[in-house]
Amino acid sequence: MTETAPHLLELQRVSKYFGNVIALHQITTSVRAGEVTCVLGDNGAGKSTLIKILSGVHKHDDGHFLIEGRDVSFGSPRAAKAAGIATVYQDLAMAPLMSIWRNFFLGSEPTTGWGPLRRLDVDGAKRTAIEEMSKMGIDVRDPEQPVGTLSGGERQSVAIARAVYFGAKVLILDEPTAALGVKQSGVVLKYIVAARDRGLGVIFITHNPNHAYPVGDRFVILKRGQSLGNFPKGEISRDELIQMMSGGAELEALAHELESVVRPEDIIARR
Amino acid sequence: MTTTASAASTATAADVVSTTDERLARLSARKRLLVRPEFGALAGAFVVWLLFAWQAGSVWLSWQGTATYLDRSAGYGLTAVAVALLMIGGEFDLSAGVMTGTTGMFAALFAVHSGLNLWLGMALSLLIALFLGFLNGLMVVRSGLPSFIVTLGTFFALRGFNLWLTQRVTDKTQVTGIVDTGGYDLARKVFASNFVTIGGVGFRVSILWFAGMVAVGAWVLMRTRVGNWIFAVGGNRDAARMSGVPANGTKIGLFMTVAVCGWVHGMVVLLQTNRSNVIEGVGQEFFFIIAAVLGGCLLTGGFGSVVGAGLGCLILGMTQQGIPLAGWDNNLYFLFLGIILLLAAFANEWIRRWARTASRPTVDVPDTAEVAHAAATRTTTDD
Repeated sequence: MTETAPHLLELQRVSKYFGNVIALHQITTSVRAGEVTCVLGDNGAGKSTLIKILSGVHKHDDGHFLIEGRDVSFGSPRAAKAAGIATVYQDLAMAPLMSIWRNFFLGSEPTTGWGPLRRLDVDGAKRTAIEEMSKMGIDVRDPEQPVGTLSGGERQSVAIARAVYFGAKVLILDEPTAALGVKQSGVVLKYIVAARDRGLGVIFITHNPNHAYPVGDRFVILKRGQSLGNFPKGEISRDELIQMMSGGAELEALAHELESVVRPEDIIARR
Repeated sequence: MTTTASAASTATAADVVSTTDERLARLSARKRLLVRPEFGALAGAFVVWLLFAWQAGSVWLSWQGTATYLDRSAGYGLTAVAVALLMIGGEFDLSAGVMTGTTGMFAALFAVHSGLNLWLGMALSLLIALFLGFLNGLMVVRSGLPSFIVTLGTFFALRGFNLWLTQRVTDKTQVTGIVDTGGYDLARKVFASNFVTIGGVGFRVSILWFAGMVAVGAWVLMRTRVGNWIFAVGGNRDAARMSGVPANGTKIGLFMTVAVCGWVHGMVVLLQTNRSNVIEGVGQEFFFIIAAVLGGCLLTGGFGSVVGAGLGCLILGMTQQGIPLAGWDNNLYFLFLGIILLLAAFANEWIRRWARTASRPTVDVPDTAEVAHAAATRTTTDD
């Protein structure tokens, strides 16, 4: 099976169960190099579970998880990282009191020297951190500055620059704009585009269709563990996306479900 | 607010922010000095030294006075250096004090009552210490319980066990007779001799051990990968784990390091006093924590300094020796300890917040720009 642009990462009917709870049911999507796949869904839709499968925290129970056509199942975040999947978490996976360069190289620190004198290559690490940040359009003057003193957008940029530097092929961004103001969100969207243009496959998880639509090439909409579809950009408009995310269909379904679980009289009676 | 409007402002904001505002605030030179974790301890040690130089005068400034407070400081520092590393790694060890008596007891029992060479007894004692440290660490990382409670448990368990065992074997809470065991002379040389004599005053080798531990600890923390991991597991454990840091291994290793340093401490006390007193070190666990806090270690982990903790030990040692030399009531030592602990904890917190908030205005310029932009738009609409 040969295609013009092979999928970097592909999910085929992937499911995940926690006991008898179906956290994810038959999710199918893919991302190619230089593409952004957006995963949209409200809270509790299964986005976090999906990220955890992609990043090696959980194993999927059903279906196929393919990296460059090979079937994989990661036993640890380290294994996923080794396969080229870098995840930038919502809480950024950074230690706020540690400096930019220490955070940048956390877990993959460069060393110099030999044997018991093997030590951190501090100067090299600082230099590289500054260089890589400047490629993302950020001018770091003091790499010793604690990450906790940076703004939300800047912290995202450190995390993204770090992932790109460490040879990530697939970059997973977990709600990178969720905690940010409008302007800082715009900055982060620019970084997403920058990472895409450098040839990475980006999986952008968000609950905001307005952030997803301008940068996405493909959209997966999750709702309570189910996929509402896996659309290339050409097959869905911004309005349809917003409609699917928050529109009448979902509310209708919710009302219906509420009715089947509890009758309105019960709620009134309890009050 | 319509979606198009917000999208448009997003785009413009991105351009503005990336060219002018997306810059990092810089700490002034003065502030960078102040936020160094060991700054407070350095200043404190200097003040305490001056205080007793003034109050105790020539005794304080003599070689004898110096040797005494350095020895006392080393008595804290042998374990406190490791406790500081552990605290930076986000954990406590309340069994760090009882480890002194435990390791001394095992070494003495093996040598005196099992007839082993003292060095073999000491080696077995080290293995036991490593095992106890490993157990502490394993229980903490596996259970997810606060290390405070886990090590409180091991502390009491060890204390009870030590008393029970020694009383069964020797009918006392002491083990005597190591002087006659094989290997004693060399052991005494390594752990309890004077390494230098200046002006007729001997400086104990424990001071060298202390200085060496501070140097190695500081180097590991600031200049090795493991040091980066220690900061990270204390600062944000999940982040460390997700970045591929062996978080549990780092924590267990830190508990084992405390146990090993507790062993060194135990050997020093054993060979200085020539007997093992099993409750030796009990109650000292809090002094180690105080020294670490004086040295700028945050109780919440992720921040601190080994050199600072060493200076903290110096403050403790100088005060403990200085108070009687100055002719003050000995009980004032604890009053003083309580007060400087509070001051240090407040100062740590205050300096940390100040450093962070003071850099905000520069970083948050986008917000002010946003307000200005909003204001400008409103004026034009009104017109």
